[in-house]
Amino acid sequence: MISRRRVGVASAVVAGGLAVAGLLGLATGPAPISPGDVVAALVGQARSDLAATVVLELRLPRVLLAALAGGGLAVAGAAFQALTRNPLADPAVLGVAGGAALGAVLGHLGGLGGSFAATLGISAAAFAGALVAATAVYLIATAGGSLPVQTLLLAGVITGLFFSAVITLVVSLVDFAQLGGILHWLMGSLGVVGYRGVAVVAAGTLVGTALVYAQARALNLLALGEESALQLGVEAERVKRVVFVAASLLTGVIVAQTGPIGFVGLIVPHGVRLVVGADNRLLLPVVAGAGATFLVLADTLARLVVQPAELPVGVVTAFCGAPFFVYLLRTRLRRRLV
Amino acid sequence: MAGTMPPVFAARDVEFGYGGAFRLAGASFDVAAGEILGLVGPNSSGKTTLLRLLSKVHVPDRGEIRFRGTPIGAVGRLALAREVAVVPQEEQLAFSVSVEELVLMGRYPRGRGRLFEAAEDLARARDAMTLAGVLDLGDQPVDALAGGERQRALLARALAQEPGVLLLDEPTSHLDLLHQRHLVGLLRRLNQERGMTVVFVSHDLNLAGELADRLLLLSGGRVVRLGTPHEVLDEAVLEQAYGCPVWVERLAPSGRPVVLGVRL
Repeated sequence: MISRRRVGVASAVVAGGLAVAGLLGLATGPAPISPGDVVAALVGQARSDLAATVVLELRLPRVLLAALAGGGLAVAGAAFQALTRNPLADPAVLGVAGGAALGAVLGHLGGLGGSFAATLGISAAAFAGALVAATAVYLIATAGGSLPVQTLLLAGVITGLFFSAVITLVVSLVDFAQLGGILHWLMGSLGVVGYRGVAVVAAGTLVGTALVYAQARALNLLALGEESALQLGVEAERVKRVVFVAASLLTGVIVAQTGPIGFVGLIVPHGVRLVVGADNRLLLPVVAGAGATFLVLADTLARLVVQPAELPVGVVTAFCGAPFFVYLLRTRLRRRLV
Repeated sequence: MAGTMPPVFAARDVEFGYGGAFRLAGASFDVAAGEILGLVGPNSSGKTTLLRLLSKVHVPDRGEIRFRGTPIGAVGRLALAREVAVVPQEEQLAFSVSVEELVLMGRYPRGRGRLFEAAEDLARARDAMTLAGVLDLGDQPVDALAGGERQRALLARALAQEPGVLLLDEPTSHLDLLHQRHLVGLLRRLNQERGMTVVFVSHDLNLAGELADRLLLLSGGRVVRLGTPHEVLDEAVLEQAYGCPVWVERLAPSGRPVVLGVRL
């Protein structure tokens, strides 16, 4: 039986792992700083002004954003997997991230400058885009009444392609000067966000994760199929709607700041499920911690491999994620689960 | 059976259809408190649809279903799940769960907290697993079980709901003779000792006639006959429902009817 205590212990373990990864991320960069100096800077005892500036102003917001984005995308993935009863679902595969990206692009071009209201506005636009995409996928895939796996993935791919075509259209119609950082952002990046972006992502991620977690037990029952869930007393429609909106919120606020970063929402929940099982009450906190750790490490790697330049972090997650996805599809095909 | 209590279910002129076809075309019947009712009839006669209507998965297009006197639409889903438990014929699990986890899901409508089970929930789940004979399978993943074991695990989950009414869809379809005997014995005991009302769907007319107080014979979404096994397991009545001649013998001395099969 899953007890609060077991969830607490598991959460503490992944939080410890995340702390180590965070320390590594803060220590790594063009100017290496020892972990001891990093800790000193974090507690306000920096050995030099340079170390304080680098750790607190350059690297910390970036590491925090990576942790929030990784955790949030992984939770969104786990939520979409539970909703669709399909372990191959995630915000990118379902085209929801594409919808969020389009919303964010339109928000950027809507003339929203660099104010705090702009950050909020772009996040709201991305959330709206994510909701539109998620609804579209859902309507396409459930047209026949049920939700077969192939239809769902196909609907997601089509929706994703469509939204990326619209983004291409928008980008090609706009003045190059007006594009600003959009092209860089579209590649998926954790750089240049600052604490303002981090604060918005933190708020959205916290709310979205809490909404999903409150439905964790009901989601377990939904895995039995809607009919059994209803017969066990689950208000299936309400649960699905809440989780649907929450997962779109997570995807929207994160994509608005980082651009599309694929595969985190797919491989993290799946890998964690192999270790701790499918019970969402235990799965979700571990997924959040593992997703955060994964993206912090991926970003650290992205900053290391081609120094002094850096790779878009989405490249690293895709290089890990794509082979894993193929492996997953093959094993499930072999077990005739798809 | 005819006490002053309202019937557990009262269905009046229930019509329901999907996919362009009528599944039920005007069914009226009562399920009395404490009775064992068998639903029988040919394929796609509306038996499973009826179970879904009684468990509020479907809502009638026309007509009305009352649960203990209240329109079923006004009974909350959680409240209904505390009273009415369903043993489905099969279930496609999206993710792997153990038998114990599956049975604990039956505590969802009962537990005090909505997110975590309490020690009492585990105790009730273990009781239910003992009754259904799956206690020693607790750690096994459900998808690794044989058909009969899985059916008993689903029964344990339903019993964990501590229901007053049990709805079962083809509960013996995967069971060998010994386990059929165990199940029939268990349902009788629950019925006699706890006053549990039982409604079950079965293709096995003889088992249905043996277990049930009354049989509801459906055909084409209509009630052909509602009565004692003696009245329903009759050559003329069955031929009307199944559309082919049926061979029924009466065993001496009780006159208990036994369906021998189709007359070829």
